[in-house]
Amino acid sequence: MSNDIILSVKGISKTFGGLKALVDVGFDIQRGEVYGIIGPNGSGKTTLINCITGFIKPMAGQVSFKGQDITGWPPHKIAHIGISRTFQIMRPYYSLPAYKNLIIPLWSPRAKTTGGWRGGGKHGDRDTVAVDILEEIGFERDSRVPYKLASTLPTGYQKRLELARCIAMRPEIIFCDEVFSGLSMSEIAGMLPLIEKMKSEGITLIMVEHRLRELFRVADRVMALNFGEKIAEGESSVVIENKKVKEAYLGSEEV
Amino acid sequence: MEIIIYGVINSVILSLMALGFTLVYSIARVPNFAHGALYITTGYIAWLLMNKFVSFPYPLAIVISIGITALIGALIYRFILIRIRGMEISEIIATYAIGLAILEGLRWGGLRGGTFTLPPFIAGSMEIFGVSIDYQRLIIVAVGIIIFASLYLFTHFNRVGLALRGIAQDERAAMMLGIDSDMTAIVSLAIGSGLAGFAAILLLPLGNIIVEQGYAVLIFAIAVCVIGGLGSWGGTILASFIIGFAQILTERFLSTHYMMVVALLAIIITLLIKPSGIFGKQKELEERV
Amino acid sequence: MDEMRKERIDRGVRVRASGLYAISSWREMLYLMGPPLFLIIGIIVLPIILELAPYWKRVINIMCVYALLALSFDFLANFVGLVCLGGAFFVGVGGYLSAIFNVYLHFPVYLSIPLATVCGAFLCTFLLMPCLPLRGVYFAIVTLMYPLLATRVIEALDIFGGTNGITGLDSLPNEYVEHYAIILVTLFFLYGMRRFVNQDVGLVIRGIKDNDQAVRASGISVTRMKAFAVFVAAFMGCFGGAYISHMYMWAGLSLFALDFSIIPIASVVIGGGGTLLGAVIGSFILVPLSEVLRNFGTFRIVIYCAILTGFIVFKSEGIMVYVMRKYHQFERWVKV
Repeated sequence: MSNDIILSVKGISKTFGGLKALVDVGFDIQRGEVYGIIGPNGSGKTTLINCITGFIKPMAGQVSFKGQDITGWPPHKIAHIGISRTFQIMRPYYSLPAYKNLIIPLWSPRAKTTGGWRGGGKHGDRDTVAVDILEEIGFERDSRVPYKLASTLPTGYQKRLELARCIAMRPEIIFCDEVFSGLSMSEIAGMLPLIEKMKSEGITLIMVEHRLRELFRVADRVMALNFGEKIAEGESSVVIENKKVKEAYLGSEEV
Repeated sequence: MEIIIYGVINSVILSLMALGFTLVYSIARVPNFAHGALYITTGYIAWLLMNKFVSFPYPLAIVISIGITALIGALIYRFILIRIRGMEISEIIATYAIGLAILEGLRWGGLRGGTFTLPPFIAGSMEIFGVSIDYQRLIIVAVGIIIFASLYLFTHFNRVGLALRGIAQDERAAMMLGIDSDMTAIVSLAIGSGLAGFAAILLLPLGNIIVEQGYAVLIFAIAVCVIGGLGSWGGTILASFIIGFAQILTERFLSTHYMMVVALLAIIITLLIKPSGIFGKQKELEERV
Repeated sequence: MDEMRKERIDRGVRVRASGLYAISSWREMLYLMGPPLFLIIGIIVLPIILELAPYWKRVINIMCVYALLALSFDFLANFVGLVCLGGAFFVGVGGYLSAIFNVYLHFPVYLSIPLATVCGAFLCTFLLMPCLPLRGVYFAIVTLMYPLLATRVIEALDIFGGTNGITGLDSLPNEYVEHYAIILVTLFFLYGMRRFVNQDVGLVIRGIKDNDQAVRASGISVTRMKAFAVFVAAFMGCFGGAYISHMYMWAGLSLFALDFSIIPIASVVIGGGGTLLGAVIGSFILVPLSEVLRNFGTFRIVIYCAILTGFIVFKSEGIMVYVMRKYHQFERWVKV
């Protein structure tokens, strides 16, 4: 594997009052890989994403993106340089139709510079571009689906809309916070080609997941967290056999 | 020395004004912007009872007027707030509108000019450390300390008090334990309004009953609660001392005009630096969006 | 047993009038354009009609100023998510600035009003910047305090005329300019804002209300957008203030009065929040009502507050939304 580290995280710690949410967590991400983050509920996965993407300030630690220190940057600056994220609790812009939801990312300064649409830097019509992007991720173009109010979409489509929101910014890294949750097996099967496609375009994916089987089909490497600490890292087949990981999910054998 | 004594007195006064407001907010999560209006209402009712209608004796007038105010508070919740529970902005606008309606209604109904007064409990004054203080102010401080002490004991050692504290900390958990949240809200609004009235009875003898004071009390109450942290007892007391002394100092060295300015500036500065106040318990993600 | 339920269906006219087909018949065009035309022509013609009742002519101006303030509140509260309880602050800043430009610096009226509007908007935005990150409740409380603080500071420092205010402002050239200046500005902002909120920029601002974390995650600085929104709202409010101070030829503490904060809120609640048009309609109802009730003195405020509370609690959708629903749809009882 080529040694092209795109994101480097060192020693992230965060405490909420008495609760140690993250304790000295660190990892390096290679450009273009799919990196999974697993762990039981409450292990700090979403807090980790929040700390890296700027929604929470870590108490200690360092995050660098392509060599630049971005620790503690505000979320919009981090999004601007190419790190996108989805939200576990989805809240699309309810009052707007699905494709209008993408106007917001397409309006951002980054979309202007990266040519958020395939047409290059020209300021094309955002509405058309939005529908194009939706088509890319699986909304049937000729149907009424892209024009429906975001609040009326079924879960699978809403999840894709979340991802579309990230893709519209042509990011380099996407943090996927439990994108598989709430989806049926067939819906997940439908999402996998999308993930392959993003991978083929060189987007680095960091996926926090509970659905381990599905995650392991796409992930190159996986890291496991428990109680805010990193307990294992490596290829998925190795991590899943790790004793501490098993204990974290299933409990130990000793009574 | 004078400054210290007047500072303490002023601080206790502020804390009494804030008491009802902070109680209602911490238990029922309702920012009761009608607080100032209820304050003045109690004073006016007491005055009416003693001067306009059959001459009620002072103590009886006090009890009745506080009771009526408590009842008004409960009714406000039961008929209006109950329908907009949880929508904080609507609650603020609605209680503010009600408070405004009450205050301006009182003004229209006769509360104009500076001739409405309540007599002090004990007339006269005494000297402490060389400073002359009237008995009313001493009573205020004494009563203030007693009230805060008893409320502390009540909410820490009495079953009902503990239940109220439980609700204040986590409403859902309390509901799961079988505590009816609407009923507690009505009770807490009644108590909070009663406390506003109680403060009025203690404090209005110091001056006249005027409608402007209603607005002022609301602002002082908000100032104390915001700076101390909405929902924190220790914070309320500490904040009232901070503002109390700040006001006395500005009165001494600048002019009386600035006393309100101090309160207002304090609110704004606190909200900008630490919105949850000194001892506020709100989580960091919630207060700053 | 037959159970009935209410069903709402778009009127035939509405369906036929949606999209390009609207131009296919006069009836449909009238349906679409009727109400706005009625409003626009009505308000433009009003000053002429009211030659018969001169007292009421001044009311038109006040009505339009309050309409601007209501638009500003509606925009901030229902499109951006910022509940500003202290709209009087914009009015006061605009009014005092215009007075300063006109009286102290001797600028002519047609220069001082626009300058006051623009500078006032910048000043208000700057002063409100620190409050922008605050959560709803706290923002509401802080904005409530701003006009109060302004009055106390002016009073205490005895600047800008202290309690007497600044007198001797020029009035507008003639009555008709006075009327149509404010009417045209109000109409401009009403329809302008309605377009604005549907532009891409407007959608971003509305997105902040729905889900500001997502907007941040899309690489947009929410604070900057909020500041822009406040600027727009302050622009409207400051114009109103500047206009009023020239109408009365006086700028005083009353520019920061409660009325300028409360009545717009009441107008929006009554007229229907979130529609912008409701804000204007609400003020067109409340302000004349307030004139009718002038004899009651401060009891008027009691009435507004009662109405306001009533609407918040019972009919929070407001008149405009209700009327629009009736206009676009009809209801009937259907068997289940």
